[in-house]
Amino acid sequence: MGFTARRPAAKSRITVVIPAYNEEKSIARVVRGLLQHGYTNLIVVDDCSRDATARRARQAGAVVLHHAINLGQGAALKTGIDYALQQGAEIIVTFDADGQHVPEDIPALIEPITHGDVEMTLGSRFLHGRSNVPLMKRFLLKAGILFTWLCSGIRLSDTHNGLRAISRSAAKRMTLRQNRMAHASEIIDEIHRKRIPFKEVPVTIRYTKYSMEKGQSMFNALDIAFRMLVRKLMR
Amino acid sequence: MIDILLIIVAIFVLFAWSRALLRFRDQAISLREFIFWTLIWGCAIALTAFRTQLDFLTIVLGIPRPVDVAVYFSIVLLFYLMFRLYVKIESVEQNLTKVVREIALRRKK
Repeated sequence: MGFTARRPAAKSRITVVIPAYNEEKSIARVVRGLLQHGYTNLIVVDDCSRDATARRARQAGAVVLHHAINLGQGAALKTGIDYALQQGAEIIVTFDADGQHVPEDIPALIEPITHGDVEMTLGSRFLHGRSNVPLMKRFLLKAGILFTWLCSGIRLSDTHNGLRAISRSAAKRMTLRQNRMAHASEIIDEIHRKRIPFKEVPVTIRYTKYSMEKGQSMFNALDIAFRMLVRKLMR
Repeated sequence: MIDILLIIVAIFVLFAWSRALLRFRDQAISLREFIFWTLIWGCAIALTAFRTQLDFLTIVLGIPRPVDVAVYFSIVLLFYLMFRLYVKIESVEQNLTKVVREIALRRKK
């Protein structure tokens, strides 16, 4: 594992990766919020946004990587993880750009990794019930949890939660090929395949009108299911 | 007498099977998938070679007319083509992703 044992990680060794596409309304607030909590290594991967996402992220204080064409959140996340590894990150935190995650949850995500208990932590909005999940969203997520269980053999309390922490060694071992939203299921699949020790950690998701508009639709959920089945077939 | 239809089908099947073999050697498909396609193309040859006995096959398969066997076989073939197209598109997308990622990372170095 990346950490020898039972010592808190300096925030300078933590890199937060934020994939972003057309998030000019929220990205500066997200970056400033993380900076205020002492996370200075912030990578925003601008997935060829048509708005001022990249400029606002840079002005707010993040390092910005730019995709020349729009590839999808999974591809942006992988680019950010690759860059973080190049820069020597010990722990990589993935964080959404729409403002639905809170920086206060990061210490609890990182702790099991720094203590050497696991190599990866997954945020769960259902563990402590702190998030007020809308009914339709709840239905989709529960269906996703069931699908993930059938597909990967891992039973989780939440799925497709973008807030996670990954140790350097786990990040290097994971093979992520899904460019779009199916990457979240792919990560679970990789945890199972590579036998990466993991733990779920309760986190809060702030549902706003803005984040709900950006969220997953029923069609996206079907697309994710199809892509995961094809991935299984082709492997 | 030369069986022209059998020759045409055999050439096509050999070509299609060689594609599956290449994909298997490139590790783009698994051994299980390769065996599946080998069986499919083997059946195609067998059906063509023994098509005069297809009446027996229609009874065994429960398909009323021999021509329906050909229709069903064509559907399998279409699935194969769709599979190939999907693999190709995925491969192109992965290559494109590599290029875009490389550019993004190099610009930051």
